[in-house]
Amino acid sequence: MAAQLKPGQGPLDYGSRLWLKILFGLIFFLLYAPIITLVAFSFNTDKRGIVWRGFTLDNYSKAWNNASLIEALTNSLVIAFLATLIATVLGALVALMLWRFRFPFKGGYEGFMALPIVIPEICMGVALLLFFVNSGMMDFFVAMPWPLNLGNIVIAHVSFCFPFVAVVVRSRLVGFNRQLEEASKDLGASEWQTFWSIIVPYMKPGLIAGALLAFTLSLDDFVITFFTSGPETVTFPVKVYSLVRRGVSPEINAASTVLIVITVVATVLAMKLQAPPKPRKG
Amino acid sequence: MSEPIVAIRNVSKKFPGGVIAVDDVSIDIAQNEFFALLGPSGCGKTTLLRMISGLETPTSGQIIIGGEDMALTPPNKRPTNMVFQSYAVFPHMTVAQNVAYGLKVTGVESSEIKRRVAEGLEMVKLTALADRKPDQMSGGQRQRVALARALVKRPKVLLLDEPLSALDAKLRDDMRMELTRLQETVGITFIIVTHDQDEALSMASRIAVMEKGAVQQIATPSELYEHPRNRFVADFIGKVNLIDATVLGQKGRSISCDAKGLGKIEIASDKAVGSSVSIAVRPEKLRISKGRPENKSVVKLEGTVRDVAYYGDTSHVVIEGKDGLNLSVNVQNDTRLGGAGVERGQKVWVQWAPEDSIILTE
Ligand SMILES: Nc1ncnc2c1ncn2[C@@H]1O[C@H](COP(=O)(O)OP(=O)(O)OP(=O)(O)O)[C@@H](O)[C@H]1O
Ligand SMILES: [Mg+2]
Repeated sequence: MAAQLKPGQGPLDYGSRLWLKILFGLIFFLLYAPIITLVAFSFNTDKRGIVWRGFTLDNYSKAWNNASLIEALTNSLVIAFLATLIATVLGALVALMLWRFRFPFKGGYEGFMALPIVIPEICMGVALLLFFVNSGMMDFFVAMPWPLNLGNIVIAHVSFCFPFVAVVVRSRLVGFNRQLEEASKDLGASEWQTFWSIIVPYMKPGLIAGALLAFTLSLDDFVITFFTSGPETVTFPVKVYSLVRRGVSPEINAASTVLIVITVVATVLAMKLQAPPKPRKG
Repeated sequence: MSEPIVAIRNVSKKFPGGVIAVDDVSIDIAQNEFFALLGPSGCGKTTLLRMISGLETPTSGQIIIGGEDMALTPPNKRPTNMVFQSYAVFPHMTVAQNVAYGLKVTGVESSEIKRRVAEGLEMVKLTALADRKPDQMSGGQRQRVALARALVKRPKVLLLDEPLSALDAKLRDDMRMELTRLQETVGITFIIVTHDQDEALSMASRIAVMEKGAVQQIATPSELYEHPRNRFVADFIGKVNLIDATVLGQKGRSISCDAKGLGKIEIASDKAVGSSVSIAVRPEKLRISKGRPENKSVVKLEGTVRDVAYYGDTSHVVIEGKDGLNLSVNVQNDTRLGGAGVERGQKVWVQWAPEDSIILTE
């Protein structure tokens, strides 16, 4: 018989080894300590936000009453909403096309389509700025009333969000059983009916996950927005940046915490919806 | 035969890449038939079935269903429904929604849908599971969903692609009877694809045996078994002993031939002198005896028992005669302790009535 193993000595008992525990602790600390500090100090009474003086919610009400901050937040949410909507539809169509059809240079297109995912944001920003300015779209949109003046930012956001949607939806479609489509047609459904009642329900988790990904990406984008926004338009990340330059205030902590909460909630939802349904016993 | 419900006329299918999956097939299938397409894996059965359903387009030839040429009719407009090999039950719908789907998309009234879904579920005994999702069901239950889903459409022709292959032996037997019963009650023409000869023989009213895309023979189960047209069919349907022989001469309605291991024998046939033929005889038609058979008219030979395999109801005995001729003999174990009554190495005689042998040339 084999000798008795002590806990932690089994071949897969990594979790109970000391050096691994320390490494885990260190990584988690480095990752989350700054965020936790930021959230904690949003409840601080100290004006300069460096020393802990006591608990308060004042920062939140101040942030709420700061009209320019709220305007920036509204802009960000509107942009994120519109960009998500358009990017999801576009991304889903691209994914469907890549999944369904064969055409010349398909491989090339597939790589090219995903380019915005890997291109440095700064390059995207500069490129889009030049495009908007030279094509006259910049002047056109800036002169528009709200919310149409956000048009150029929405376009920019769509252009870097839709590849994410396309990639997520495409990977979902890979698992689709083509016989379901054939069965649907065999049962009398037209192409269009089959699409809406068989393929779209199958894509749904991918669509939702892709949409939430696009939403969070758009909501906290700074670089591209900074380059493509007109002089008057401010989004939330850009506003926070300009406030920070004038000195750190707990108000920014409060506003940032709100943004973190929105992003985290969206991400958790995305993960929940993308997870395969657990087979129930029955 | 009256007007066939499905007429397949010289249909061929060549896939891009050069595979000829179906090669000049012509079959007429009558109203209310339980028709089986039988053949080894890859012989083109599924492809032929998919062409009938419209999911595949023939390269050449004609498919006529209910008197109408289907060349330009898409699958959703054909009076056929298919039960897929992998069932293809819609995973995001309940059992009832699955069954209702085909009626809903064609705009059947909702009260009518309700009635027919209930009826369909009743037919396959799934009423109790109407609200289940497919991932909470067994393979056999899913298969019945697929069946109900197709049946409620009341097609002229129901196409089944190896519907029983994913089930275990016991369930397969049950479903086999179930399918036969259903076919009799609903009065729909069934075309079933299978590579399992037992399945085809026990269920079908007629069988088309296919090999490499071509039909070898179309006949009733007993005709296929007792009068196979060629070596392939004889060998594919059941077990058979094939003995090579050369025709020496003709005398009235019988021929005399020189058979391997048997010498000169006479058998009723009209094959031409000089042609090389196979004498086919089924293992259960052979008899074993310890002494030389006295009957002059039987075909007989002496040999050594090489193997005895026990199967419960029967034993399969292999006997080696002269010239390396091996014969399989099935012996009924009709007494409890007797078994086959022979042992390995024992010298025995084998005999059979000449009319039990079939002469095959192809
Ligand atoms: N879409 C396709 N493209 C190219 N070749 C195909 C295609 N579908 C089938 N084939 C080929 O056609 C031949 C017949 O295939 P088919 O599926 O009809 O066989 P089958 O008789 O149903 O076999 P099985 O019993 O294994 O299901 C095979 O050689 C197969 O490789
Ligand atoms: Mg097949």
